[in-house]
Amino acid sequence: MTPASTPASSPAPAHTHEIPGSAAWSAPVRAGRTLTLTALADGANATVLIIGADRLDRLNIPDTLKSQMSARIKPGMVLMSDRGLALATVMTSSLDWHDCLTGALPDQLLLLELAKHGFGEADLHACINFFSKVSVADDPRASLTYIPDHANAGDTVTLRADQDLLIFVSTAPHALSDGPAASIALQLETPDPAEDPAPDPELCEEAIRALRLTRELIA
Amino acid sequence: MTITSTTVALDTVVEAGDGALVTVPSGGRLRIVDLHGNQAVDTLFYDAHDLENRYSAFDTIREQRAVFLTTGSRLVSTRLDELAVITDDTCGRHDTVGGACSQESNVIRYGEFTRHQHACRQTFLRYGAKAGIGQRQLTHNVNFFMNVPVTSTGGLTFEDGLSAPGKYVEITASRDLFVLISNCPQVNNPCNGWDPTPIQLLGRW
Repeated sequence: MTPASTPASSPAPAHTHEIPGSAAWSAPVRAGRTLTLTALADGANATVLIIGADRLDRLNIPDTLKSQMSARIKPGMVLMSDRGLALATVMTSSLDWHDCLTGALPDQLLLLELAKHGFGEADLHACINFFSKVSVADDPRASLTYIPDHANAGDTVTLRADQDLLIFVSTAPHALSDGPAASIALQLETPDPAEDPAPDPELCEEAIRALRLTRELIA
Repeated sequence: MTITSTTVALDTVVEAGDGALVTVPSGGRLRIVDLHGNQAVDTLFYDAHDLENRYSAFDTIREQRAVFLTTGSRLVSTRLDELAVITDDTCGRHDTVGGACSQESNVIRYGEFTRHQHACRQTFLRYGAKAGIGQRQLTHNVNFFMNVPVTSTGGLTFEDGLSAPGKYVEITASRDLFVLISNCPQVNNPCNGWDPTPIQLLGRW
């Protein structure tokens, strides 16, 4: 029997789940695991909050955006925390625009999920609305327009946890959408320790610095 | 009861890199004057009777269907309660996407040499402590007078300000508020014209 096939070096089993529309889910995601979200219908939305390993350091959208000179979330970006650490890396996605400028309506979905882990309203930091797009006009106020059906059934995004995380997902429709709620499939996987880890995607200097610091300090 | 007095209740200068915690009663008007021009003023708003009912940058953006803040912008909380309204603005537009600088985010953006430079989060924590505002209560702020263009292609940059000496913005409180201010000390980008300067706070209530 080769070492690669012994139980000790086998990857942890994958976890799959389908979140129905207008529902919420949360789970710990250990450093190194990947979370793949898949839209199961056109116009799907997955609102995501992330809290870091110390249960205080949260996803910070402004710092994520200004460090990487972007007003949207796309593959090849590191999602950064309040304290300048890498929480997760957007490894791949079939879409190059995920909204992060328009938040989510106050509802009980995320609040109840946060409460299960001991969190509350104070932790309602800015979220990412995966699979949604709100376009920005080049006018004096940078006016916003929701783009219906930006995502189609089958669109995906894969995040790699860069430290131990708590990830919260709500499938409520985007706050500016008048379409129906859609289901989201998720798959949590552990890389096979017998194989080389997937390389980082192409990243900017700031993202590389955040990943390096995180690996040096806590991961 | 909404106060309509025009009595000057507050007239103070916040030095470059310093901060302030101001209690503004419902109906009170707080004017922030950019004394020397191009000075980012990082500002957070809290319901003075319930810290969890606090400013939400991205709910504010969504509710007004526009990224930049100016006269008429309603500053709303995560519960969508109106905390304040921008009732006067001689600058023209203000940012609420760019957040505050911190020692840790400076390291990511500019390098290790910035780790011990003064930063807005230090000021928020220092002045916020008096009202029970700690790290967990901090959220994404308004950057008055700061110019952060967001483009139709999804880009974002920090640029030289649109403000000038004497430009001001005025907010009117829709309920009793704590207004937590950091007069930004950042010297590594053009948000303060590379040179942080004092601001004036003028309160009428």
